Amino acid sequence: MTDLTKLTLADARKGLTGKSFSSIELTEAYLAAIEGANRKLNAYVAVTADHARQMANASDERRMAGVAGPLEGIPLGIKDLFGTKGFHTQAASHILDGFRPEYESTVTANLWRDGAVMLGKLNMDEFAMGSSNETSYYGPVVNPWRSEGSNAQLVPGGSSGGSAAAVSAWLCAGATATDTGGSIRQPAAFTGTVGIKPTYGRCSRWGIVAFASSLDQAGPIARTVEDAAIMLTSMAGFDAKDSTSANLAVPDFAAAVELGVRGLVIGIPREYRMDGMPDEIEALWTQGIAWLTAAGATVRDISLPHTKYALPAYYIVAPAEASSNLARYDGVKYGLRVAGKDITDMYELTRAKGFGAEVRRRLMIGTYVLSAGYYDAYYVQAQKVRTLIKRDFEDAFNAGVDAILTPATPSAAFGVGDEDMKADPVKMYLNDVFTVTVNMAGLPGIAVPAGKDHAGLPLGLQLIGKPFDEATLFAAGRVIERSAAMDFSPVKWW
Amino acid sequence: MSVDAATVKRIGRLARIRIEEDEVEKYQTELNTILGFVEQLGEVNVAGVEPMNSVTPMTLRRREDKVTDGGYPEQVVANAPLSEDNFFMVPKVIE
Repeated sequence: MTDLTKLTLADARKGLTGKSFSSIELTEAYLAAIEGANRKLNAYVAVTADHARQMANASDERRMAGVAGPLEGIPLGIKDLFGTKGFHTQAASHILDGFRPEYESTVTANLWRDGAVMLGKLNMDEFAMGSSNETSYYGPVVNPWRSEGSNAQLVPGGSSGGSAAAVSAWLCAGATATDTGGSIRQPAAFTGTVGIKPTYGRCSRWGIVAFASSLDQAGPIARTVEDAAIMLTSMAGFDAKDSTSANLAVPDFAAAVELGVRGLVIGIPREYRMDGMPDEIEALWTQGIAWLTAAGATVRDISLPHTKYALPAYYIVAPAEASSNLARYDGVKYGLRVAGKDITDMYELTRAKGFGAEVRRRLMIGTYVLSAGYYDAYYVQAQKVRTLIKRDFEDAFNAGVDAILTPATPSAAFGVGDEDMKADPVKMYLNDVFTVTVNMAGLPGIAVPAGKDHAGLPLGLQLIGKPFDEATLFAAGRVIERSAAMDFSPVKWW
Repeated sequence: MSVDAATVKRIGRLARIRIEEDEVEKYQTELNTILGFVEQLGEVNVAGVEPMNSVTPMTLRRREDKVTDGGYPEQVVANAPLSEDNFFMVPKVIE
């Protein structure tokens, strides 16, 4: 029998439907792969093997009884940010020590409703704050990719680094992820996988540990554009429990994958051609333009004048919202408690010990920009800039642009423990320079693997769409995937 | 704008994060690096621009003002580090 873990989600689904193998066989294959790999890759922070087997057996029984959901029997990995009832949910933080929620997030509940199987919880940057998966309390995730001729460990990107690494290394058929400034798209680009951040409001945020509520969105990381479309169709949908959930029907995104780009207008924003952009990123972008043109799209130069202000505005808005959201971790209701001489002492000691350095740094920034006397200068100014960023996109779409093509990241994956980034937090933040605009404007964005750098590492292109037009991103993303026609499988060393 | 050591300590108290004396300088450097980076927002002309308060054009839904959930205190306190009779237990607050 072929290695079941190497199948795409779509092919696994065909195999299950055709009874070539069962969900329990597929699940066992993934559990064995995780067993063999996780010590080296550190992608999972908790493997729920017994529960996975129960879910797989129940799925097989449903199928025997003639009832099969759209994800029936498909084994998935779940980012540690999603509340999973009775199972490890700690946002990869020490402060949520031992937390087992009494509820299930809406997105994961939707996946189980559709028949999927949970393999375990995936590593991530602590509270989704990071771009390299090095801020996790559980230690860094290692990218399954290595530079040609090198044994040096590379980061998988972040914050959904565990999700991206697990999908790339065949440790799940697909994974849930979340994206506040690029946390789905950047790790997807670093691992040769496909990741989509849908429009704000498309997936319910209910039951997902909150980071920055006006920016957070859940989405899938998968091996192909089609797999991502299948997963998002199940994950998305209106939820009365999330006040910002969009009450819109969810299309069958998989049906859009082969629609092509003939007649579409693709915008190329000149502001994304940054100073010092590596030649190979520039070349990749040019190649992407050529592919879309060859497939019948019209390409048009556009301007998004406030692009350079998106990242600084983000580093006010996101920490401000985080400082409010993370106020709940106080050693009283759940997780870690460090005893103190009085209640304030207990709060301060608990939070100093429970939060890692990056989270503390962002909470300090957020508290500062919201404090008396600075609120208008920082927070209100940033929210005004955000209005302008969104307006830039609206102007482009109103002028007839259907989607926008950009690089996904300024570089390929970098090394674990990069000294430059350790010394200067802003250097790490610059990883999100192409992705963060999309969160600020609430738009959908997809990262698709499109090429490799000089060291053989994957590089991605990003497509940005109109609100709730993920379908066009899947269609255009598929054109890039098909045109690249490259194998984005890492060479197994683990 | 840049922060001094006293401001770092004050922000630490507001954020309820204990900052030890030997950590102040590191925080001060990092915060000033980040604040230096966001400073460029000051050059944007925002005259007449409304600050964003919702990224999608929507009004928050309303529902009938009635209880729709609850009645399971044991689940609410299930993850508490310390609880008794379905109450969260904290160090004494009032003498």
